[in-house]
Amino acid sequence: MKILTLNFVTCARKACKASPAAFPLRPREAELEIVEQDINPLFVRNVLPRLEWDALREVCGELGLQQLPSTAPSPDDLFTTTPAAADTAMADAADAHEPRPSQLLRDLHTLLLETTMRSGKLVCGNCGHEYAVKEGIANFLLPSHLV
Amino acid sequence: MPRPEDSLPPDLYYNDTTSAQYTTSSRIQSIQAQMTHRALSLLNLSAPSLILDVGCGSGLSGSILSSVPGSAGGPHTWIGLDISASMLGVALEREAEGDLFLADAGQGVPFRPGTFDAAISISAVQWLCNVESGTESAEGRLNRFFSGLYAALRRGGRAVCQFYPRDDRQKDLICGAAKRAGFGAGLLEDGVGTKQEKKYLVLTVGGGEIMGGDITGVVSGLEGVDVVDGRKGGKEGKRRNGKGVKSSKQWILQKKDRMERKGKVVKATSKYTGRKRKPVF
Repeated sequence: MKILTLNFVTCARKACKASPAAFPLRPREAELEIVEQDINPLFVRNVLPRLEWDALREVCGELGLQQLPSTAPSPDDLFTTTPAAADTAMADAADAHEPRPSQLLRDLHTLLLETTMRSGKLVCGNCGHEYAVKEGIANFLLPSHLV
Repeated sequence: MPRPEDSLPPDLYYNDTTSAQYTTSSRIQSIQAQMTHRALSLLNLSAPSLILDVGCGSGLSGSILSSVPGSAGGPHTWIGLDISASMLGVALEREAEGDLFLADAGQGVPFRPGTFDAAISISAVQWLCNVESGTESAEGRLNRFFSGLYAALRRGGRAVCQFYPRDDRQKDLICGAAKRAGFGAGLLEDGVGTKQEKKYLVLTVGGGEIMGGDITGVVSGLEGVDVVDGRKGGKEGKRRNGKGVKSSKQWILQKKDRMERKGKVVKATSKYTGRKRKPVF
């Protein structure tokens, strides 16, 4: 399960819907894996305003990933118009004005879409229910008494 | 053809054998692909989006979402829900790009509000009408699903659910549940009267400014679609004679209609409905 998805998923129990503690779900005993993917700059730009940045920082902290800045990056930072020094020679005049993915966007892509949780548990902060994650698939089936 | 919904609950029906058969059958693959493309054209997405796939199964429709070319607004990222562990197992083998959840959509949609740009569901919603225990009802499951879906979609988002209703009653039940959740709802029927008839429930969240506030605006760009507006024409029909005299045939019919719209089980109307009895007693 991608870190991006962890930023959206909440406890499935109806009783937890109203509680702020039910989001984000806390990862426990998580085993992480990097799955390479093609970078999709427009998707990252589309999804960035929807992220709960504080929740993302918390989850990254608990997973032992790199420290994120305390405020969310603005969509303008994702693209740079100045070409990097290495490929200045290759880029012709028209290409130089094309917005190109910045290092920040690459980092976000690696964190949100390529870093995945392969196995472990997700624990609701409100009711304490544990959702098992196996081979990247989270089990969100609730027994009928918990629905 | 017997309906699979009648034989077993979905998590048991789609066992390892059925899931593998379902995924490798070229006939099912082509039908699924055709329906997914139709749903995508109804969603009309212009940028790479986050999409929820309800009843994603082995990721047949998901792989189409991931392979939409950049010129058509793709590729999209998707998150799939399915109740069958075997189906998800097949999806793992096929290396589905999306994140998979083993979840029952009838228990709600476990995502925070405003998560998704769009949602699709191919041949899944009719399974929600299956009730296995006495503690839940088809209406309750549909209500929980549609209200959860409504919350999880962002404003202006759309959902397209292709489904196979058993009969008109089930169709009305599903459409009614979607409307009650707050969606702007319309039903698109392809190939009416043929064996290949497909029903798509097109749902919108807010977004009145995009289409003039009307669900029929969704299909305005598509060719060969006739719009049939089944909504009641204003207040004229209702106000003519108030509610009618209590226990008259008209009153009973109105009440049955009202209860049906609420999603209650209502007996079919016959020539005996509201008939006067002989003065024996």
